[in-house]
Amino acid sequence: MKLNESLSFRNVKGRPARSAALIILTALMAAAIVVGTITVTSLKTGLGALEARLGADIMVVPASAASKKNFENIVLQGSMGYFYMDRSYYDKVAAREGIEKISPQLFLASASSGCCSVPLQIIGYDPETDFTVSPWIRKSTGGELGLLDVVVGNDLSVFVGDTITFYNVECNVVAKLDKTGTDLDTAVYTNMDTIKKLTASSLELGMNDFSGIDPDKVVSCILIKVADDYPVDEVLNDLNLHVRRTKSFRTKDMISGVSDSLTGVSGIIGVLMCAVWGLGLVILFLAFTLSVNERRKEFAVLRIAGASRRKISRTVVSEALIITLAGGIAGIIAGLLIMLPFNGLIEESVGLPFLLPEAWVIAALCAAAAAVSAAAGAAASAYSAHRISRLDAGLILRGDN
Amino acid sequence: MIIAAENISREFIRQGKGTNRFIAVKPTDIAIEPGKLTLLTGRSGSGKSTLLNMLAGLLAPTSGRVLYGDTDIYSLDDNRLSAFRMEHTGVIPQGQTAVGSLTVIENICLSFMINGNTAGRAAVRSFARELMTKFGIAELENELPSALSGGELRRMAIARAMIRKPDIIFADEPTCDLDDENTELVLKILRVAADDGTAVFMVTHEKDASVYADVHFSMNAGEISTV
Repeated sequence: MKLNESLSFRNVKGRPARSAALIILTALMAAAIVVGTITVTSLKTGLGALEARLGADIMVVPASAASKKNFENIVLQGSMGYFYMDRSYYDKVAAREGIEKISPQLFLASASSGCCSVPLQIIGYDPETDFTVSPWIRKSTGGELGLLDVVVGNDLSVFVGDTITFYNVECNVVAKLDKTGTDLDTAVYTNMDTIKKLTASSLELGMNDFSGIDPDKVVSCILIKVADDYPVDEVLNDLNLHVRRTKSFRTKDMISGVSDSLTGVSGIIGVLMCAVWGLGLVILFLAFTLSVNERRKEFAVLRIAGASRRKISRTVVSEALIITLAGGIAGIIAGLLIMLPFNGLIEESVGLPFLLPEAWVIAALCAAAAAVSAAAGAAASAYSAHRISRLDAGLILRGDN
Repeated sequence: MIIAAENISREFIRQGKGTNRFIAVKPTDIAIEPGKLTLLTGRSGSGKSTLLNMLAGLLAPTSGRVLYGDTDIYSLDDNRLSAFRMEHTGVIPQGQTAVGSLTVIENICLSFMINGNTAGRAAVRSFARELMTKFGIAELENELPSALSGGELRRMAIARAMIRKPDIIFADEPTCDLDDENTELVLKILRVAADDGTAVFMVTHEKDASVYADVHFSMNAGEISTV
């Protein structure tokens, strides 16, 4: 084995405390990259998925709902909550100009008591007119959505063919949707007849949350796809002017709030990553400089034994590379162990659409983290490698330098 | 091969208030012959180690040239000079010098490890063991330098200098800090090396060392003279 390989390994092994400290530091730096970039990428992927998923240009809700706390999360991300307006508004909206597609949705929340398998948002939709749910069905039994059939979000741990109970009513899972990285992944979609059955059952169980709610007479929101010939803003203004007691939103504008939050979170993550890296690079630089400085006599011995300046330089840099690559790999593994099993928790805590990128993107980010870690080692040790290789062995051994 | 220095000198710059140049070695001619132990004595700071380092190819002179046979070693680039040094010289540096993460036998075989040449590794190890036995450190083969005494480290450094059977051995204060027994042992080893045909150039404060020398120079304030 060549000296610049074996000696570097031996030096790393021969100073276990120092090497372990530097490996841990580099691991933290690499983990910061992996966690930071995967988080930001997941947020961007989640936002993209949410934009694609919404499908509608305009969303119409009761005017009173717009002031409701958590309103945007309910309509955009499937967070639990409900509000209603008379179904006549649906007809009024449908009668306006410039509307290509229109479909109503009705929100219902399941209970956390024993009558329901899991508390979640139940969204009633009309399969006949729907254009926002059906395109995202990943797996289904085929056929039409019958009474007590439900379509489930991707994160629900039930499979197509299973059953799920709401208000003591057993429903059949007939389809599963693609992932969005939002609470929509834990929502359940069904037709209005099933909604009617569920509200009736909730009343029988003495739960009065949905008393007076007749799915034939109310809707929670109306989703609109604007016809190609009409500007969206024009249709939006028309609806806000002529359909009173409702509030119409352009979905892109609603998402821009999420997008702003994402920019803010991404910025904070970026600053934190820069801080970790800035501090880490300074510590690595000092550690390598001090280490080389205290081993000047060793390097002088290598020189008198015949090592060239280039070989000395390579020995120092390869020692740094061993440490930073080992730390980098450890950090990448640690980062993946944080991100992959706990992405659900992270999704909950950031409260933004969060969708892990595809495996090849994660692999590319990890490879980049390893490369950056190695580059950090090379950069942090380059100065001390250059300096020690320039010194004359004779002067070091005399102690003049 | 005769090693000859022609008119070599070395100037240093001391950093302080203003620039302070001083001449460590004044223009000097010296020849070192094979099979002879050449001794250089003098007070501390007289320029002995600077002259040794220039002769050993470790410190470029400010002026003059160092010839190994016909080769002006400081006209070589660093790679070639390093290879030349590895092949022809063995240096026993001042103080205790070792690579801390390598075992005693690895320290002795260091110049072969630098080469990356594993051919003949067994023969090199065998010769290293022979040297260790000769110098009384055979049982320390797999120890790290931190486990060795000053005398043992010095003997290890001598073995390291001799592992390639060099044309010339440079010894800078090889008996410094050693007890009488180890001092005698080290001087005898260098004497035997000279008797075997190697050129030995030794810098020392040791007064008794002149007994072992064939040629004796003295140095004072950068100027060399024959004793």
